[in-house]
Amino acid sequence: MPELIVSPSPHVRSDASIDTIFYAVTIALIPATVCGIYLFGIHALYVILVCISSAMLTEYVAMRLMGEMELSMDDLLHLRLPPPTGVIITGLLLALCLPPRIPLWMAAIGAAFAVAFGKCAFGGLGFNIFNPALVGRAFLTASWPVAMTTWTNPLTYDAITTATPLGLWKMQTIATPYMDLALGTVGGSIGETSAIALLIGGIYLIAKRYIDWRTPLSYIGTVAVLAFVLGQDPIFHILAGGLFLGAFFMATDYVTTPITRKGRIIFGVGAGIIVVVIRLIGGYPEGVCFSILLMNAFTPLIDRHVRPQVYGVKRKSFFVSSANK
Amino acid sequence: MLKFNSFRGGIHPPDSKITASKAIEKAKLPATVIILLHQHVGAPCEPLVKEGDEVKAGQKIGDSDSFVSAPVHSSISGVVKEISTQLSPIGSEVQGIIIESDGRDESAKLEAIDPATASKREISARIREAGIVGLGGEAFPTHVKLSPPEGKEIDTVILNGSECEPCMTSDHRLMLEQPDKVVKGMKIIMKVLDVDRGFIGIEDNKRDAIERMIEVVEKEGDRRIKVVPLKTKYPQGAERIIIKTILNREIPSGGYSCDIGVIVQNVSTTKAIYDAVYEGIPLIERVVTVTGDVKEPKNLLVRIGTSFHELIEECGGFRGEKGKILNGGPMRGIAQYKDVPVIKSIRCILVLDIEKSRIPEERECTSCGTCIEACPIGLMPTALGKLVRKKRFEDCTDYHILDCVECGSCTYVCPSKIPLVQLITYGKEEIKRSENA
Repeated sequence: MPELIVSPSPHVRSDASIDTIFYAVTIALIPATVCGIYLFGIHALYVILVCISSAMLTEYVAMRLMGEMELSMDDLLHLRLPPPTGVIITGLLLALCLPPRIPLWMAAIGAAFAVAFGKCAFGGLGFNIFNPALVGRAFLTASWPVAMTTWTNPLTYDAITTATPLGLWKMQTIATPYMDLALGTVGGSIGETSAIALLIGGIYLIAKRYIDWRTPLSYIGTVAVLAFVLGQDPIFHILAGGLFLGAFFMATDYVTTPITRKGRIIFGVGAGIIVVVIRLIGGYPEGVCFSILLMNAFTPLIDRHVRPQVYGVKRKSFFVSSANK
Repeated sequence: MLKFNSFRGGIHPPDSKITASKAIEKAKLPATVIILLHQHVGAPCEPLVKEGDEVKAGQKIGDSDSFVSAPVHSSISGVVKEISTQLSPIGSEVQGIIIESDGRDESAKLEAIDPATASKREISARIREAGIVGLGGEAFPTHVKLSPPEGKEIDTVILNGSECEPCMTSDHRLMLEQPDKVVKGMKIIMKVLDVDRGFIGIEDNKRDAIERMIEVVEKEGDRRIKVVPLKTKYPQGAERIIIKTILNREIPSGGYSCDIGVIVQNVSTTKAIYDAVYEGIPLIERVVTVTGDVKEPKNLLVRIGTSFHELIEECGGFRGEKGKILNGGPMRGIAQYKDVPVIKSIRCILVLDIEKSRIPEERECTSCGTCIEACPIGLMPTALGKLVRKKRFEDCTDYHILDCVECGSCTYVCPSKIPLVQLITYGKEEIKRSENA
């Protein structure tokens, strides 16, 4: 009699795997990517390709150095590589929040930094505290502030500089028409300008249930409400800048944001408040990047104290105070 | 009160109920049976026969003095060949009585009782004498369940016909083919418990069964009983969940259903109660779905003690390369490594081929939260899994590990294929062990 296999139940698993989720996120970013290339020209495509290659290369090197992966030269030559889960998204997301005319070497360094220090230094996938793409962006902003704030005109494909809608509003109190903000025909990072393209991708991910609608809704909602209360134009504030890119694709990153539904709402509201504070009071015209990074830092704390209501256990206060007694 | 007849969390595994339209068939009379002396929760039975004794089908051959126990009966007529240690399909080694059939199938019946005139005590004694235990899988002696502790007022009986586990159809067929017996059995329970409210919960993927049961309840003219269609979602049939869905009551953490005045019984159990009371037949056979990768999946009426392999052979044998043989469905089934006999609590024998038996490669947790959304109890399976791996069992208690019902939904949905419920079950065992030490 052939041997029977013995394992504990359950004996069926769903089809979903990390890879299918990462592929879906990549697909969801295609509209914004295509829009960015169309609006800002071939250089935007180069930036995207450089970022992705640099991110992938860095991850392979880092994993080899950490002894996580054994790759022979033969494997490399025959492209027998482990699936680059996640790292493609990191590279792509970083590219999408960079200025279209950024020098390619700068983009490469940014992507390498993002992966090496934003992800691998913490132990790789599943262990990082901060969103790697935003770590890369923050690093570039700190290192080359001029290049990181030089924006170009959309659709002209030349290097005529312009300002972002938020910059125009902050420095000169000029409002940009909603239609331009929705379509993306304004100055800005490669993938952040077209609200419609980002929304399509975001709705796709929500419909597929790969991301929780609570995060983008609470994040964008907080920005709108707070802007309105403070006498600003709420529609302008949600369409301008990188809010949609951040809300749908970065604040929903599994690893670096809260795991519970309640926690995700807290994250979204917190990030929304920070965005408005930076935009209205801070020195930068835009605050999406830092709002998410700051809330990333709070995520372990939120996860420790915000837990679902357990069946048959008396309702406690919203926060679990007895955690880790 | 009835809020969408559903519950939070839960999953939708492919239901694979390929035997749903197959009528119950009597299985071939087995040449030998192994009657295990411990088929239930509680104390094991002592044998009442010795090697060489002649027995009849329905004759009591094992019993115990303990209250929490249930006697066992021979399921065929023949000769006791051996009393020895046997492997049970729930994984333990227990004493078993091997009986060789004489082919005559003579039976020993008890006297029928009329539940209208019999006392509660009489009925309860009969249920014990007939060896009836929870046939939904838990195998808790039914007479114990029907005598709630002092001070616990029972006001509702729930008949569980949800059969939420994929692949199984034994309860479904029973409700279709013998609904009157199921309902009459339920009424016996209601009488014993002095309860005048009963619900029959059935998942809405069994429309025909819902209709049949409504018909029968109407024919009985019993206004105390209501058939409730439930949303098809696993684990709808778990005791805690079905109570919450139907009554919106929660069993307190660490408590039992009688704490909130509810008794839940499976439809197969009430059918067995009907047989024991109205017909005087002890529990010696039950419906078992034999399905999966067998050539001809069937719903079989099986004598207790029949070997798994014999039943698989009766269904045409394996299809494809042999992988797993499960006692139960794909979500909660127990994988077997040897041939074992059918015991009272077996609802389904599921055969999986080698492809379906592969254990997926595990990846890192990405904190996607899918397991939390799937958990019907509101636990954080991934946090528990990580704590168990670090052996931080005290912190596990703080995360309510002991409230886990081990439904396996978290493991099913995990995109990183982490064995979450397996880790949690291990953690619970460790905690209980250290408490007992």
